[in-house]
Amino acid sequence: MTRSTISITTTKEDHQIAKLTALAIGLHVLEAMLPSPLPGVKPGIANIITLYVLMQYGFGTAAWVSLLRVFASSLLIGQFLSPTFVLSLSGALFSLGVLFFVQHLPKKFFSVITLSILAAFAHIAGQLIVVRLWLIPHTGISYLIPIFALAALFFGTLNGLICLRLLSHK
Amino acid sequence: MQRLFKLNSPAYHQKPVIGDWVVIVTSLAAVIFLFQSLWINTPASQLQIRQGDKIIGTYDLDQNKELHVHGPLGESHISINQGKVRFKQSPCNNQYCVHQGWLSRTGQVAVCLPNQISIQLIGENKPYDSLNY
Repeated sequence: MTRSTISITTTKEDHQIAKLTALAIGLHVLEAMLPSPLPGVKPGIANIITLYVLMQYGFGTAAWVSLLRVFASSLLIGQFLSPTFVLSLSGALFSLGVLFFVQHLPKKFFSVITLSILAAFAHIAGQLIVVRLWLIPHTGISYLIPIFALAALFFGTLNGLICLRLLSHK
Repeated sequence: MQRLFKLNSPAYHQKPVIGDWVVIVTSLAAVIFLFQSLWINTPASQLQIRQGDKIIGTYDLDQNKELHVHGPLGESHISINQGKVRFKQSPCNNQYCVHQGWLSRTGQVAVCLPNQISIQLIGENKPYDSLNY
């Protein structure tokens, strides 16, 4: 076999990002196989990894892991550039945007649960905006907002609790 | 994999802290508010009356008014009272339309089949009795 003429120098950080992203992709693909009672209502377990990385490695790494996960998972599932992918991406971008600000909340009073809940709300808000502007340009979708908000609160709290356990487990 | 989870991490909380509870309770209140404002209370603004297959009139709900509509059996008496409406009297036998009572929310309907008269409440946006996607 011919030896590759291109060599990419990778840093230790790159390897960390790659490993954590692989973990997140695994969870994302696993979740994509689960049936959902209502399209759009999903636990979002891959976000546990995003939150974990945010707490342990900082915002930059978390953003890499989250966005790489969205792109790579959609390629694996075969939904790249489909509406599902766009919704996934808009949700990820909105939660990262919110996390960028709320990560500075005083750690003494707010644990990762708060970050998880607020990110979950941002996630569904980002998706609903895309749905309203692009997929279903109709005010009728406002009827679904309470259901999605309730699901975001429930799964946001649950994911936050799981992440808290992961973080405190040494 | 083992190394990923073994970093010299700062001390994390073991359980939810006070701020988390504040966020959870506030969010829950916000969700309940969303349910109430988007699902339950959408007061209607107008009333539409049909006789047979044609609309015979659209009226503002924000008034006091007594209407008399003619159908095959006779005259149905519909009364509007500041945001709500009902069949007050009807010449039909079963009186289902009258027993339905006051209607006030967008999308509500009362029908008198024998006299072929129906009243429907409409709001800013017409609601749907089912959602398809």
